Amino acid sequence: MISQFFVLSQRGDNIVFRDYRGDVAKGTAEIFFRKVKFWKEDGQEEAPPVFDFGYVQTTSTEVLKSYIFNEPIVVDAARLQPLGPAAIFMQGTKRMPGTAVTKSVLANEPGGRKREEIFVDIIEKISVTFSSSGYILTSEIDGTIQMKSYLTGNPEIRLALNEDLSIGRGGGSVYDYRSSSGAGAVILDDCNFHESVRLDSFDMDRTLALIPPDGEFPVMNYRMTQEFKPPFRINCLIEEAGHLKAEVSLKVRAEFPSDIVANTIVVQMPLPNYTTRVSFELEPGAVGQRTDFKEANKKLEWGLKKIVGGSEHTLRAKLTFSQESHANITKEAGPVSMTFTIPMYNVSRLQVKYLQIAKKSSSYNPFRWVRYVTQANSYVARI
Amino acid sequence: MAPPAQSQRSPSPSQPSGKSEVSDLKLQLRQLAGSRAPGVDDSKRELFKKVISYMTVGIDVSSLFGEMVMCSATSDIVLKKMCYLYVGNYAKVNPDLALLTINFLQRDCNDEDPMIRGLALRSLCSLRVANFVEYLVGPLGSGLKDSNSYVRMVAVIGVLKLYHISASTCVDADFPSILKHLMLNDSDTQVVANCLSALQEIWSAEASTSEEASREREALISKPVIYYLLNRIREFSEWAQCLVLELVTKYVPSDSSEIFDIMNLLEDRLQHANGAVVLATIKVFLHLTLSMTDVHQQVYERIKAPLLTLVSSGSPEQSYAVLSHLHLLVMRAPYIFSSDYKHFYCQYNEPSYVKRLKLEMLTAVANESNTYEIVTELCEYAANVDIPIARESIRAVGKIALQQYDVNAIVDRLLQFLEMEKDYVTAEALVLVKDLLRKYPQWSHDCIAVVGNISSKNVQEPKAKAALIWMLGEYSQDMQDAPYILESLVENWDEEHSAEVRLHLLTAVMKCFFKRPPETQNALGTALAAGIADFHQDVHDRALFYYRILQYNVSVAERVVNPPKQAVSVFADTQSSEIKDRIFDEFNSLSVVYQKPSYMFTDKEHRGPFEFSDELGNLSIGGEAADNVVSAQRVEENDKDLLLTTSEKEETRGSSNNGSAYTAPYDGSSTSVFALQTHIESAISNPTAADHSPQASLAIDDLLGLGLPAAPAPPSPQLKLNTTAALDPSTFQHKWRQLPVALSQEYSVSPQGVAALTAPQALLRHMQSHSIHCIASGGQSPNFKFFFFAQKAEEASNYLVECIISTSSAKAQIKIKADDQSTSQAFSTLFQSALSKFGIP
Repeated sequence: MISQFFVLSQRGDNIVFRDYRGDVAKGTAEIFFRKVKFWKEDGQEEAPPVFDFGYVQTTSTEVLKSYIFNEPIVVDAARLQPLGPAAIFMQGTKRMPGTAVTKSVLANEPGGRKREEIFVDIIEKISVTFSSSGYILTSEIDGTIQMKSYLTGNPEIRLALNEDLSIGRGGGSVYDYRSSSGAGAVILDDCNFHESVRLDSFDMDRTLALIPPDGEFPVMNYRMTQEFKPPFRINCLIEEAGHLKAEVSLKVRAEFPSDIVANTIVVQMPLPNYTTRVSFELEPGAVGQRTDFKEANKKLEWGLKKIVGGSEHTLRAKLTFSQESHANITKEAGPVSMTFTIPMYNVSRLQVKYLQIAKKSSSYNPFRWVRYVTQANSYVARI
Repeated sequence: MAPPAQSQRSPSPSQPSGKSEVSDLKLQLRQLAGSRAPGVDDSKRELFKKVISYMTVGIDVSSLFGEMVMCSATSDIVLKKMCYLYVGNYAKVNPDLALLTINFLQRDCNDEDPMIRGLALRSLCSLRVANFVEYLVGPLGSGLKDSNSYVRMVAVIGVLKLYHISASTCVDADFPSILKHLMLNDSDTQVVANCLSALQEIWSAEASTSEEASREREALISKPVIYYLLNRIREFSEWAQCLVLELVTKYVPSDSSEIFDIMNLLEDRLQHANGAVVLATIKVFLHLTLSMTDVHQQVYERIKAPLLTLVSSGSPEQSYAVLSHLHLLVMRAPYIFSSDYKHFYCQYNEPSYVKRLKLEMLTAVANESNTYEIVTELCEYAANVDIPIARESIRAVGKIALQQYDVNAIVDRLLQFLEMEKDYVTAEALVLVKDLLRKYPQWSHDCIAVVGNISSKNVQEPKAKAALIWMLGEYSQDMQDAPYILESLVENWDEEHSAEVRLHLLTAVMKCFFKRPPETQNALGTALAAGIADFHQDVHDRALFYYRILQYNVSVAERVVNPPKQAVSVFADTQSSEIKDRIFDEFNSLSVVYQKPSYMFTDKEHRGPFEFSDELGNLSIGGEAADNVVSAQRVEENDKDLLLTTSEKEETRGSSNNGSAYTAPYDGSSTSVFALQTHIESAISNPTAADHSPQASLAIDDLLGLGLPAAPAPPSPQLKLNTTAALDPSTFQHKWRQLPVALSQEYSVSPQGVAALTAPQALLRHMQSHSIHCIASGGQSPNFKFFFFAQKAEEASNYLVECIISTSSAKAQIKIKADDQSTSQAFSTLFQSALSKFGIP
């Protein structure tokens, strides 16, 4: 039950204010504003009738959209905090990598007619921590099968996953790597499903049946700690090089097939806080790479536009210190962290084997897009 | 539909003042009202939008009422909606318009379009105008029977709204029983859910006055209703599922097979992608199995994976809410999660509020088999760029050390922290080593070797400095330089801003003195002098207390300040188990996220000064400043009171800090000081009873080389003197040498007194009448010298006075020594009053 609902401007004025029950003291919004600040947003819209007398009536975004008549105002993406996995394709103005995995899928045909199509995206965010000796300390895949349906008439859809898919790692530590390596099976630690998904034949043939609501929603979220081959190996060396000087050597090796290309790669490394100057040395003939020393937080940043599978890239950096380092220099720097996107690649080997749409007529053949992408969530190498 | 609140700000100059625009709008609306032209609805929408936006910024557009109503005779739902918003806003403030509004809405309640019927009914019920409730009953009654589920949905909530405007109207119309019927029979689950919400509210409110309502409320959690709802649970919306599940937690099954039935039925809810549904289901499982230990544990095992999946999907905010619940469960049953510790490792890019929870979980699940790995991981965070998290990580290592039996490796790690030479790492590690030593004194040898190498100049944080000083005092016999380090700290007394550190310094110097007196003597004198002169009340009191107890008896002082200490076995927990249970009862609510039971943040008396304050302008400036003022004033108060207040303060502080193991130690000495206080006081005031050792106190007297400060002791009115006191001169002499000067004052002598004092004898007789006896006198005009004595009426407690009177300056200089110093001020007052009466007939 909700008593009040308000959206405040940056100055604390009410943009939207609904008092559903009249049982909250005056000035609540003001008190709230003192604690939190919202981003600025213009325009007014009557709060959609999600609530009646503070009780939720509907939360389907598609139903809600029918209540909203104003043109949406796109909030500057830079103002928004990065969201969870589901948001990675929706980074607003930020351009998405090469294949442009569903940046804006408002698939309007030139004539303005809506095209019959459906998108299924397998998005995997991976977290890996390497020890200083390169050994994998922890690894996890947080995956989502995201669906965006633009099919009229909401036909039933069947989504078939790997037949050898199994769920739950039954007993023992979920981090027992030996038990799973080598086997070809995809073993999920756990997963959950959207409200609309029916699992009638899931146990038998790993098929999900659903009547997709309009718009975008996660069909399935899954989590996996089964061992996988990390797409990148990171090698970092930091050595003292004379009085008030040190040298960093960073090596990144792509361990995926050469027909796959990773993009928007950023490697970051905190340096000792008495670092005053950094001079970089890229490998000869490097293209699409940039380097930066963020003075304010003493961070080294190395950006690469793309990395082709199987290749290796190196960065050397000469550091100048303002004071003698008395402690172990490796304790003052690192760890190395990395962000990247690898389209058409997924580390879990979870696959959508087929996507079946209940046919309305023989000529009905909507577009189907099944896309894979792997992104770094927390990809860290200790030094 | 409720009106939007009027904007608080007055229209700024850039906004239209309204008048001409409003009349302009009126004209345009009128033109469109009767029009049937194509596209007219679009033009109307534009105009309506303008009207609404004027209304929202506080411009009075009530004069357009008639035109708005006329224009909304349309099937366009958007126009209707805007119109309802408009009429709803003005009906409340304008009774004339209210009736018009009701007519208008009632008519729309019979529209052929169900959307319009629903919207109109909803708006009608939202008017919140008490005088017009009778107009609601009819439309609501037919709304509840409407063939369209949307209208029924609206009507059900409408009944609840009516109940809040006029409970009797609602009950008299028999609406609650209609809702009950709908709840158990309607095909639409949202109607069912709304009925449930409405009935819960209505019957809960009625239950206090009506027994029937109370029975009905109970009936909601009866087996038939619960089973009916559970069997339909998959049809409900996610929100309604949560509502039903919350109801199920209140249901008491008759036997365990029923419990298993319910759990099996709800099993698939744990695979739901909606975190609220999963948490609500978990709550049902946990509550149902509370009395079945084994099954309860299985539930924990079962819910682990779904919770972890929810934590790693969704936004950081959602993830945090779920993580808070996981945290609660981990804290309740850490052993169940001990093999899942890697899930609680921090990722470098996680927000620190997430990391903080994870660190606590890591600490909790550490056991013999995983400690090594957990501590290794935590040590990685100690060098983290996020300094608060680095600190928390070090603390976590310390906590694990304190809860483990085999701390060997951990101690080494902590000592390595000390060698990292990062200020904050050193600071945290010092506090930890101190706590560790309190629990495992056997590690002192290793720790002291490392701690001894730390330069006190590199330690600035009060907590860390206090910890270091505590160790210097506690282990001064093992640390070669302890007296000298302490001495240099004492020398910089004035630069030490933290009272906590100064308190510790006093105690540490005392302890060091008992162990290595010759080396510490100087430092102790300086510390006590500085302490007594300290502006901070607690520091002043502690210094004075130490001073007096030393003066009384050094060995008693040692027993009090540095008694043999028992190792601390368990550091107290922050929260009582009762509070934890309450939070657990409120699973799946904000209580878990706040880590407080709801009464602590919803009840007025538990709110902090900034929480939901009604008078925003009236916010107090934190408590600290006020405290300082108070303590400064307390200097003037009675000594006894001071000691009491201080001990109370210590107690309160002790309890508030209890939980975090990282407050500076209130070691044995300070607590026992206050425990023994009364005993010692009585001993001091009763020299015949106590084992008095004059040598000791004399020695101290000389050693400190201090004149006794004028201790403020306000008169105690009940001080009565023995009229027949006797004291032989040799005892007097002995005592005079032995006692310190308690008071040294100068009085004025009245002109009559000066005139009367021709010879010493005159004054002797006068003073004797006031029970103050002379033991020796001498001198000649204008200078006389007297030695007086007096005794307390009820006990053999002596006051000795040296009194020098100069008749030429009409001044009396007196020095008072007393067995019971606390009453010397009272005696002084008596003495003065006696003296002032001299010469006055």
